Amino acid sequence: MNALDLSRWQFAITTIYHFFLVPLTLGLSILVAIFESRYVATGNETYRRLAKFWGKVFLINFAAGVVTGIVQEFHFGMNWSGYARFMGDIFGAPLAIEALLAFYLESTFIGLWVFGWDKLSKKMHLAAAWLVAIGSNISALWILTANSFMQNPVGYAIENGRAVMTSFLALITNPNLPYQFLHVLAAGITTAGFLVLGFSAWHLLRKTGTEAEFFQKAFRWAAVYALIGVVAVIFVGDAHGKFLGQTQPMKIAATEAIWNTEPDSANLVLVADINKDKNENSFEIEIPHGLSLLLYSSWTGGVQGMNQLQAQAVTQYGPGDYIPNVFITFWSFRIMVGVGFLMALLALLAVIRPRVKLLNKSQLFLKILLPAMVLPYLASTFGWILTESARQPWIVYGLQKVQDAVSPNVTAGNVLFSLILFTVLLGALVAVTGWLMVKSGTSDPQAEKAAE
Amino acid sequence: MDLNTVWFILVTILFIGFFFLEGFDYGVGMLLPFLGKDDVERRTIINSIGPVWDGNEVWMITAGGALFASFPNVYATLFSGFYLALVLMLVALILRGVAFEFRGKRESKGWRAMWDWAIFIGSLLPALLWGVAVANLMRGFAIQQDMNYYGGLLPLLNPYALLGGLVFVALFTMHGANFLTRKVTDSIAERARQAAFYFWIVATLLTVTFVVWTFFATDILTKPGLNGLLPAILAAAALLVTGWFIYTRKSGWAFITGALAVVFATIMVFAGLYPRILVSSLDPAWSLTITNAASSPYTLKVMTIVAAIFVPIVLVYQGWTYWIFRKRVETKPENLTY
Ligand code: HDD
Ligand code: HEM
Ligand code: HEM
Repeated sequence: MNALDLSRWQFAITTIYHFFLVPLTLGLSILVAIFESRYVATGNETYRRLAKFWGKVFLINFAAGVVTGIVQEFHFGMNWSGYARFMGDIFGAPLAIEALLAFYLESTFIGLWVFGWDKLSKKMHLAAAWLVAIGSNISALWILTANSFMQNPVGYAIENGRAVMTSFLALITNPNLPYQFLHVLAAGITTAGFLVLGFSAWHLLRKTGTEAEFFQKAFRWAAVYALIGVVAVIFVGDAHGKFLGQTQPMKIAATEAIWNTEPDSANLVLVADINKDKNENSFEIEIPHGLSLLLYSSWTGGVQGMNQLQAQAVTQYGPGDYIPNVFITFWSFRIMVGVGFLMALLALLAVIRPRVKLLNKSQLFLKILLPAMVLPYLASTFGWILTESARQPWIVYGLQKVQDAVSPNVTAGNVLFSLILFTVLLGALVAVTGWLMVKSGTSDPQAEKAAE
Repeated sequence: MDLNTVWFILVTILFIGFFFLEGFDYGVGMLLPFLGKDDVERRTIINSIGPVWDGNEVWMITAGGALFASFPNVYATLFSGFYLALVLMLVALILRGVAFEFRGKRESKGWRAMWDWAIFIGSLLPALLWGVAVANLMRGFAIQQDMNYYGGLLPLLNPYALLGGLVFVALFTMHGANFLTRKVTDSIAERARQAAFYFWIVATLLTVTFVVWTFFATDILTKPGLNGLLPAILAAAALLVTGWFIYTRKSGWAFITGALAVVFATIMVFAGLYPRILVSSLDPAWSLTITNAASSPYTLKVMTIVAAIFVPIVLVYQGWTYWIFRKRVETKPENLTY
């Protein structure tokens, strides 16, 4: 493998590690702040303990999120210097703004939150909790501003062979951004909801005395939270897909495995055996008019196919292969969406659980919620794999190809070394993080109470 | 003043903040296994920087981000050129970052000892590597006409650069010891003061050698117009009085003058470089400067507005955090946050 492929693997692996940790930070920081708000508003001690208990889980995850994030920030210069030179004028700005607006905020106030319980007034401490939550989510907003440009370039000009910013306003009002940000935010809320549901279910299965009430409360909040998150993620995702039909037709064609343009009405391919060599599906199950319904909410409406888009791209950009890896995009999307609907069902059942006798008594339902904790992680990971790999061969859609982005002076040997090192080290780190979170999430909150 | 110069100054300020704040963080981290005799003492030492270290580290992240936004070519050349060194630094920062959080999560002695050493290595390596990097910036390295450096790691580990690394390690250790002397109580504070004094001796000897070498090997102190001579003299003066303040137990002053030494040393580097940022040792025309490496005027303008609004806000709330945590951390198990 050459330095380019190795760098791609390294980028993909390290960002996926990073994004194992990010959604929980986004969602749980808000939930903890909500619990603490309830405590400050009602004076009910249980809410303070809820904030502290889930705050501990949050902190373990947060620490690992920070260190994997630093790797990402260095990456653009280390492995993608061609990209950094070409795109720095535009891409550097949101990254620097993210650090200035968001990272300072979250990292400073997290210190106050952890060490400030007896140094700050109740209200000040609550403000710290909210500032951490706001900081984390603003950070997502800015990095996604940068990513949205890569998906859908706006407000730029090409001068002396590099992209320069011509409108900051266009950059931050990129029409792709609201979809992407809300989708990620909702994914974060879903992740936090399912995590708290899972751990609460674990405790409820063991009925730890008076603590049963503590986790009933956590369960009820998390159920509502997860349902809100997953419903939002589905609606925003659907709207985003419609939008992409206009801005990145190749992405939609690949995601839906549409090889040839269907001028009047497109069927929805549910499953397919994709044959990349012949540029066709050897086998498929379809819903008639399904895709037109999804994209345009109507029986009719054509969809461009990959073969035609490829020919079009060749005339526009010159010779090359402009079809992404259809197998990956097609199946990533189906996993994400499938998991999404499954989670919607589970979250709904969790919400109505107190009112339905059968569910309320059911041990099985609680047991199902334990493995369900991995579902949001699956969906998010495949979501990014879809987003990023369906943009190939472009690193910046229509402007720069991945092969021109790689650092010319970093050797394959060097990248192989760092790739192995990061994969192993960050892999171990994510494993230890997961283990500590499980330990913390299954610990007895009673012990905490006694210690105080 | 043109915006390119404004951004050169802003980047300098961010690096000053980074070396000043992370300097004592790294110092405390390097001293941790040696000054803390048992678990409670080590926890006390960690808690002296516990609430602030993450915010301090963001100075480095922001310095990197600001470099990317204002001088993308510098960011690209530097980070790709120093690839392996940065990989090592990232490994160190990864270990260090999680160590503070993970250490307290289990009672086991072995577990805690492991993370204490992770903090030690995670503080030593970045201090050393930043010193090596800065020394290479001062002397220049083999940047080609296409703005890339193809030389790999070994030429960067030359004796001059390694000495620069040691200077950073010694200075930061002294700086950290001065900080600890102010932030903890009783016997740990006394041990920290002694460490500060020893490392003051080491740092002074190394720094003097390094400055003399710099005088002959680079143009940082001698180039016509703006150069690093005056800040170098101020840094040396600050360092000298630091020793006196440590000796006479004026720990607050020792911390301030030690910090000033770090600040002036950083100014020396950047003043000596200006208007270049990365010096090519092959051909002066191939150096990256505030003009040929910069972003477009429009981006610089936007970023200037953003920085003018938010840098002061950050300074206020970070300063406020230090105020909230101004009290010394007492070595009492019941008071310690894990
Ligand atoms: C949608 C959200 C999102 C996405 C796509 C990314 N990040 Fe991230 N990042 C966060 C959301 C986030 C966060 C939620 O704000 C984190 C995660 C855990 C945390 O502590 O903060 C964070 C932490 C974090 C940090 C540490 C900040 C600190 O010390 O507080 C850095 C330097 C980065 N990220 C940089 C990046 C880069 C260069 C990315 C592009 C590849 C990236 N992140 C993708
Ligand atoms: C954190 C969540 C993210 C994940 C999990 C992710 C995942 C991936 C994956 C799987 C690839 C490889 C695609 C391929 O090579 O076929 C990739 C490529 C890439 N992504 Fe992302 N991405 C994420 C966020 C971002 C963001 C926010 C940016 C920009 C700021 C970004 C920039 C890139 C770049 C520069 C590449 C090109 C390198 C390459 O092709 O491998 N990614 N990403
Ligand atoms: C069930 C219905 C869902 C639909 C219709 C949907 C739709 C989409 C679409 C079209 C994209 C690609 C965006 C792009 O390429 O720019 C995407 C990306 C993504 N999805 Fe989903 N999604 C769904 C569920 C989920 C769920 C349940 C999660 C996680 C909890 C999730 C997490 C993500 C993430 C993290 C990304 C990458 C970020 C982005 O580009 O927005 N999705 N989704």
